[in-house]
Amino acid sequence: MSNRIDQLFAAKKNGILNIYCTAGFPELNDTLPVMRSLQAAGADLIELGMPFSDPLADGPVIQDSSTRAIRNGMSLRVLFEQLKDFRKEISVPVVLMGYLNPVLLYGIENFCKKCAEVGVDGVILPDLPMDEYESDYKAIFEQYGLHLIFLVTPETNDARLRKIDGLSRGFVYAVSSSSTTGKDKDMSHQQQYFERLKGMQLKNPVLIGFGIKDKATFDAACAYSNGAIIGTAFIRAIENTTNLDTAIRQFIAGVK
Amino acid sequence: MKIAENTFGSRYHVDEKGFYGRFGGAYVPEMLYPNVEELQTNYLQILRDPGFQQEFEQLLRDYVGRPSPLYLAKRLSEKYKANIYLKREDLNHTGAHKVNNTIGQILLAKRLGKTRVIAETGAGQHGVATATVCALMGIECVVYMGSIDIQRQAPNVARMRMLGATVVPATSGSKTLKDATNEAIRDWINNPVNTHYILGTAAGPHPYPDMVSRFQSVISEEIRKQLLEKTGKPNPDYVMACIGGGSNAAGAYYHFLDEPDVKLIAVEAGGKGVNSGFSAATTQLGKLGIIHASKTLLMQTEDGQITEPHSISAGLDYPGIGPLHAHLYETGRATFLNATDDEALQAAYELTRLEGIIPALESSHALAKLGEVGFKPDDVVVVCLSGRGDKDMETYIRNLPANTGDNA
Ligand SMILES: Cc1ncc(COP(=O)(O)O)c(C=O)c1O
Repeated sequence: MSNRIDQLFAAKKNGILNIYCTAGFPELNDTLPVMRSLQAAGADLIELGMPFSDPLADGPVIQDSSTRAIRNGMSLRVLFEQLKDFRKEISVPVVLMGYLNPVLLYGIENFCKKCAEVGVDGVILPDLPMDEYESDYKAIFEQYGLHLIFLVTPETNDARLRKIDGLSRGFVYAVSSSSTTGKDKDMSHQQQYFERLKGMQLKNPVLIGFGIKDKATFDAACAYSNGAIIGTAFIRAIENTTNLDTAIRQFIAGVK
Repeated sequence: MKIAENTFGSRYHVDEKGFYGRFGGAYVPEMLYPNVEELQTNYLQILRDPGFQQEFEQLLRDYVGRPSPLYLAKRLSEKYKANIYLKREDLNHTGAHKVNNTIGQILLAKRLGKTRVIAETGAGQHGVATATVCALMGIECVVYMGSIDIQRQAPNVARMRMLGATVVPATSGSKTLKDATNEAIRDWINNPVNTHYILGTAAGPHPYPDMVSRFQSVISEEIRKQLLEKTGKPNPDYVMACIGGGSNAAGAYYHFLDEPDVKLIAVEAGGKGVNSGFSAATTQLGKLGIIHASKTLLMQTEDGQITEPHSISAGLDYPGIGPLHAHLYETGRATFLNATDDEALQAAYELTRLEGIIPALESSHALAKLGEVGFKPDDVVVVCLSGRGDKDMETYIRNLPANTGDNA
């Protein structure tokens, strides 16, 4: 079990906190400082956003962070350069999240190879179809020991959920409601869905994301899953700060 | 008229997986998977249903005013030394070809039990056509439109609002068609159960490119009949159309795709010139990638960020191209040309003065290349006049050549 994501879930079953941050945000060279502070403050997992010009599944806050990161000069090439030696100081698992187009242009094999080289553990590509992954890319991801994490939503039926669970490695990303990121949808309506997920006893651990923004929503999500993912609220907390490290520590302390 | 039958197996039609060659597919996040799958599973069955076809045909005839005339443009023909016919989609209700598709999709939405409709629009023609069918059916309508397009196509914004639609400005990115489409897709993610997305061009995830092409295929079906009556032969030598996402071109080409003697000419928006940095000529500037959930050619940076296109015409101001057209380009089945902003304007003034028809700026791009194809005097050429120019009057007046309007 060499993948850090698997090691994490083997060691810790509950209350896993995964923080999303767009790479190259707020400033181009903040990628590593943000990761350092997140690790020091107690985040269990880090999801680094690979910024894309047209992030279809994202609301305005993450869209704006992507636009800003691209303007800062972030790209896959720059990101892998920044991550070259990050494993000397960061030990928490790291997942890259982004859209398929930049990765396709970079080359899937090239991308997987680079991830393995620098020490990235998993990838989330919401617009990569399951079938195409299975037929064209799965072998490559596996060859490089890279986990591909799939999303499920309240509208995903049981049969498809089983299939997604079968293909997903590391964990399953359960989107809390049918929405783009950062929408304030009321999670109390999602009980039935969360219970259905829990009842299915998936082979993968489950992390719940979208709409998790504070201690109350984090705890509510953790009641049904192995943990939760916070993105928009974290971006908001650091977008205008003058002291990144303090802002990050305060944010994590407020959730945990 | 009949909605084009199943054509799986043809080289130029969609395959069972939603691809045209290596282009197409449905690269949607899981949040949209059920919506897209619902359409994929049901669209052919619904389109083939006799009751659906009857309703579609009746509305196209009695409400849209089809068949649209095929007009032999005599003075234009004299000038370009060929027999040039204009397929008059500009005479449709609402003023463009877009309504063929919105009639089809609103009937489909009703059969799927949807109570709310969303759409993207560039020039506003698709937005108006969507707002129109929503008014007709009493269905709530929200149209996303880039804030730049809201300014340059003001009359259409007013029409949409009068028709009862909510027009929501898209303020991200280039603030044009691409961004309006992003916002429409995001709306659909947030309203997956009650909402149907009436996509306005032959782009987006499967089945949209095929579904929109089938609804628009009424254009080529009529061309065949009308040409047979007028010339004794159903096939022209050339069919020419402008390409934004590619719906009017797909409709004009449809019944000729497997007729190799019919040459297909596609005209993209060259903007200020293909190499000026202000262009929307996707086949010339684009690379393989994914835009709006379709694998196709698109304009992008070397890092895979989608670039901002430019065209004087809001309806062609799009950094991608529908997957059918990417395939027609790659296989050489269609010849791709491009017209600059200025060439399109000149073509609009020319058609107006020669034939008394004020065309949409989009359609003017197709007209602008009449002199470059190299026709023989006997050639029969059909140009899809996709829309009328009412919405573009402000641009036309602003750019009017000094001598026009006197006594030229
Ligand atoms: C009159 C007219 N022609 C053409 C287009 C371009 O779209 P498409 O390529 O889908 O036909 C538009 C789009 O707004 C339009 O309004």
